[in-house]
Amino acid sequence: MDIYLTLIQLLDSTVRLATPLLLACLAGLYSERAGIFDIGLEGKMLAAAFFSAAIAAMTGSVWIGLLAGIAASLVLSAIHGIASITFRGNQLISGVAINFLAAGMTVLIAQAWFRQGGRTPSLIGKARFEPITLPFAEAVQDVPFIGPLYYELISGHSILVYVAFAAVPLTWWVLFRTRFGLRLRAVGENPAAVDTAGVSVVGLRFAAVAICGVLCGIAGAYLSTALQAGFVKDMAAGRGFIALAALIFAKWRPWHALYATLLFGLFGALETRPDVIEAVSGIKVQGQLLAALPYLMTVIILAGFVGKAIPPRAGGEPYVKER
Amino acid sequence: MDVMPKWAEVILVPLISLLLAAILSALVILAIGEDPVAAVKLMVTGALGSSYGWGYTLYYATNFMFTGLAVAVAFHARLFNIGGEGQAALGGLGVALACLYIPWPHWSLALVGAAIAAGLFGAAWAAIPAWLQAKRGSHIVITTIMFNFIAASLLNYVLVNMLRPKGAMDPASARFPEAVQLPTLHDLLAPLGIEFSKAAPANISLLVAIAACVVIWVLIWRTRLGYEIRSYGHSESAARYAGMPPNRIIMVTMLISGALAGMMAINNVMGEAERLVMNAVEGAGFIGIAVALMGRSHPFGVFIAAILFGFLYQGGAELALWTTIPRDLIVVIQALVILFTGALDNMVRMPLERVFLALRSAPKPGRKEG
Repeated sequence: MDIYLTLIQLLDSTVRLATPLLLACLAGLYSERAGIFDIGLEGKMLAAAFFSAAIAAMTGSVWIGLLAGIAASLVLSAIHGIASITFRGNQLISGVAINFLAAGMTVLIAQAWFRQGGRTPSLIGKARFEPITLPFAEAVQDVPFIGPLYYELISGHSILVYVAFAAVPLTWWVLFRTRFGLRLRAVGENPAAVDTAGVSVVGLRFAAVAICGVLCGIAGAYLSTALQAGFVKDMAAGRGFIALAALIFAKWRPWHALYATLLFGLFGALETRPDVIEAVSGIKVQGQLLAALPYLMTVIILAGFVGKAIPPRAGGEPYVKER
Repeated sequence: MDVMPKWAEVILVPLISLLLAAILSALVILAIGEDPVAAVKLMVTGALGSSYGWGYTLYYATNFMFTGLAVAVAFHARLFNIGGEGQAALGGLGVALACLYIPWPHWSLALVGAAIAAGLFGAAWAAIPAWLQAKRGSHIVITTIMFNFIAASLLNYVLVNMLRPKGAMDPASARFPEAVQLPTLHDLLAPLGIEFSKAAPANISLLVAIAACVVIWVLIWRTRLGYEIRSYGHSESAARYAGMPPNRIIMVTMLISGALAGMMAINNVMGEAERLVMNAVEGAGFIGIAVALMGRSHPFGVFIAAILFGFLYQGGAELALWTTIPRDLIVVIQALVILFTGALDNMVRMPLERVFLALRSAPKPGRKEG
């Protein structure tokens, strides 16, 4: 029973750590499926994390904070869109610029507003997303096996976790079962064909970049108002890049994005519990190896040794209408 | 197709981009309730007003010359090496191993040895992404990003478990021996009768960096390899048709790029810290991107841009010391420079081209059109 409880706890923190990765990964999925590479996921998450924590701290309402976070992320998305769609600039360079812009501006504004060395005040009460206890969770708590599973693992997360998991089937449905999704995927594979069909390439790509902004905004808000209680400098801590790695790992497919982010979330959870690995496998695994594992696995996947990851064909290419 | 004269291409476009970045930076300073004019004054006196300030400005500039050249060389082959950060970190490891385990008789030999070690380690770290790009078609941007993170984990492991002296808490290597201490600008300029601050970290690596700028200029514009690199960058199919093997060009370019990024370590690890510490690169690998973009991938442009960023870095440190503006302002300026000179290049270029076209076609309608 003890081992079972430890396992449940481990999976519980896996879910918590996978949630921001999943949201950011789905964000990247929309953008890259439409042919816009986005290495600025990290920056957008960071900006959203700051603005949602800052506005939540000021207004006392986490919901207004969430909206502010999404708005901040959308502003960066708009910059990315203008640079890479309107002015046909280099999407990768634009992403790099956005990451730095967010890293610098968040600390600068945090210092100007709160004077606490680049952090926001700690969030309390309504300024934070509290865990939700699902119906009957307390009633079945003592039932063996199912009780802890339901009470610890499935119940007791903040609303954003459920939003993230619901976004997976929704994304699948939007991309593969709607006209919008078909066009979005087409614009990432062959924009000229979409253009010939009389559908706006620019409009579709801006729509994809905007969806990406909204999802990154939720991911960032989750970091500062649910996972932790407040913003600290550089709190995205490379999660945007792990999400990017997960996206490649998932080969740009929604359900696989869920599995990839859960796997990378598990690595994160294991990093904090070296005792569990040692008890289970009998080998002492270095924390540094676990930290590097998502990146290593992505490189191996990219290398095509374990199934080839082929990105959308028109990815990274600005579309120039023939004149 | 050349709509603009060369001087406009080389000077006017970057200048307008920089001006836009500067105006926005000033607005940012205003928005956080500080005075931009006073801030610039403070930055100038702090970074350029004394030989101490210059010593730091040139020290940072040395780092950025190496990483800027690294990005620039790769840009010529249309490869985007984002991995300068990881390659410079590995270069640091090379320098540390060379300085700690080889008993050098004199600093000059040690400098050569350490530079070679740094270059080899940096090149090795770039070799894997390069090979994956050349042979397996994996996107080099993604793999070099991943390798930055892998490098951080690797260095963390090596420092904590292997290089850390017994009993020390700090995850850092032992101090390098006296014999490998590099002469600072103070030591170099004293025989010439020039007083230079003793405390500033600028050292002989600056001369190595300047030499590297010259060597890269020769390489890119005066050698067969440079011609191949540029041809490949302009058109892969044309290069292939001319009998230039693309895989070899990718490999060689990335090895040179990685070696340059790695060689930054002779400045920050050997010249300044004199031991290997965690996160020794401090983002210089990423600033290389801004430097290369601003310098239009030309070694002379990189040289100028590196000094400008050195000034911004030292000036930013002074700002953080004397005002409430955090040092992160520099990160914002860096982002704006990358945005305007890199991603939004066309925003400046398109209207300018229209202006030049209008100027040219109006008085002389008979001239050939681009």
